[in-house]
Amino acid sequence: MRKLHPQYGFNTLAVHAGTAPDPTTGARSFPIYQTSSYVFDDADHAASLFNLQAPGFIYSRLTNPTVAALEEKLATLEGGRGGTVTSSGHAAETLALFPLMAPGMEVIVANKLYGGTINLMGKSYRKFGWNAVFVDTDNPDDFRRAVTEKTRAIFIENLANPGGVVADLEAIAKVANEAGVPLVVDNTMATPFLSQPLEWGADIVVHSTTKFLSGQGNALGGVVIDSGKFPWLGNSKYPSLSEPSPEYNGLTFAETFGDLAYTMYSHAISLRDLGCSQSPMNAWITLNGIETLPLRIERHCSNALEVALFLEKHHQVEWVSHAGLESSPYYELGKKYLPDGTGSVFTFGVKGGYESGLKMLETVELFSHVANIGDTHSLILHPASTTHRQLSEEQLITAGAGAEVIRLSIGIECVEDLIADLDQALERSKQ
Amino acid sequence: MPHSTFLDHSSYPDSYIRDILNNVNSIAMVGASATWNRPSNFAMKYLLQKGFMVIPVNPGSVGKEICGEKVFPDLTSLPVAVDMVDMFRPAHEAPELVEEAIKIGAKVFWMQLEIVNNEAAKLAEEAGLQVVMDRCPKIEYARLFGELGWSGINTGVISNRRRRLK
Repeated sequence: MRKLHPQYGFNTLAVHAGTAPDPTTGARSFPIYQTSSYVFDDADHAASLFNLQAPGFIYSRLTNPTVAALEEKLATLEGGRGGTVTSSGHAAETLALFPLMAPGMEVIVANKLYGGTINLMGKSYRKFGWNAVFVDTDNPDDFRRAVTEKTRAIFIENLANPGGVVADLEAIAKVANEAGVPLVVDNTMATPFLSQPLEWGADIVVHSTTKFLSGQGNALGGVVIDSGKFPWLGNSKYPSLSEPSPEYNGLTFAETFGDLAYTMYSHAISLRDLGCSQSPMNAWITLNGIETLPLRIERHCSNALEVALFLEKHHQVEWVSHAGLESSPYYELGKKYLPDGTGSVFTFGVKGGYESGLKMLETVELFSHVANIGDTHSLILHPASTTHRQLSEEQLITAGAGAEVIRLSIGIECVEDLIADLDQALERSKQ
Repeated sequence: MPHSTFLDHSSYPDSYIRDILNNVNSIAMVGASATWNRPSNFAMKYLLQKGFMVIPVNPGSVGKEICGEKVFPDLTSLPVAVDMVDMFRPAHEAPELVEEAIKIGAKVFWMQLEIVNNEAAKLAEEAGLQVVMDRCPKIEYARLFGELGWSGINTGVISNRRRRLK
């Protein structure tokens, strides 16, 4: 893993980055700044803030101290230059593309993704005139062939939901680099503890912080993190950043802010106008969650691998898709990109198809039947009838969410208890 | 002021930049623009607000004021000695400006974002000046003294000492 800080390692940064003691009170827990607005020093100070001449707070739709602390912590853990926190993971996807896209432009999108993202990009973005071009996650050459004059970004999940699929990050980053467009990677399933996409040449990382980062399924949120390395200055493909902004008196973001340009734009324009900002309370919950991220992820991963090994041998199970299993076609990619663990969300096929799957959902005791992942609680779901149900049959199979598929998100409970619960449910599923 | 001639200019330790910003009081800003929405004008206004003395140098704006400060045509015509020269000019002009900076006894030669000139850096360091390239003193000040994190930027600063309020 690359060096994120000249002095401190990942676990130290997870606890400390962005959350220095409050200078006013000395409060050790980072304060929740539950405020909409901020008093200006004087008229000139107010003007400086509105002109982006000085850093500071105006209104919590753009920036808020608690939210900014979360942004800095996440940017630090991903090795990025800056972060923009949003109200949800979906908002983060739109915010990530907003400085890059324009009507008529294209984003190349991997076909193995969370179903909600496939809908957002494939259907809703058409209303903005943004065209999503879907290609095979497993084939970097497919990405290369899809590049046109109108391509403005490539979007992938490095560890894809509903599970078991690892993208060849380095190869896809090379395609993006050669095409001169940023690679945007959704790192929700892996978290920066397991994988840092910027290290492999990605330019922008997005997360649903609702999942492992917050960690306990109690705070919606998202984030966009920029590497600060993409050359926006003078780049005619990205006029939002490379040309004067009339709304800020002709200021050119790439010129005025250098490698902070994308993050400054994301606050000063994208959040200002789209309004998908996060509440300070949610940011505070997520800040606390991240402090224990390394400990939780270690347990999530070891539990999940044990459960996957158990299921693989179970007579009621057709197959298991978990990149940590040697039987997985993604085993080698997992070793390369996720050497410390391939996450805790994966799928398996239950014998008896749809009916047996539903029966299982109704007979588990410890597992919770919910549409979420990345919780301390173990979760179970039938994607075809829930999270992925708006997809066509063909899309369901491509996304790894066919009729017999059960998705698990393994929590941090005693693994033997989880195994016993699945065992009894599988036995009952054949009746 | 500590100084080093062996710095790798691709990255600077925070302590190096912090020492410069703590020790510098006066700055000659070469290429300061009278147009209020240019980056140099932003930087000048911010540094003045933070208590630095900033003297604008710009032959095209002589006779005017920038951010309320009188403009001078070149470094050698400044009425007072300055600690630092901050350069908002194309990289190829750097060696000539370094020579002037040496002549007027400046201790730091700072080149702005995107401006790199290794020849000029070497010249300045051989004369005992500290050199910074491809950075902005406004951004570095905000980053190291606790303001840039307000915009979601990764400042790289980790400290659990209570920061004094200014």
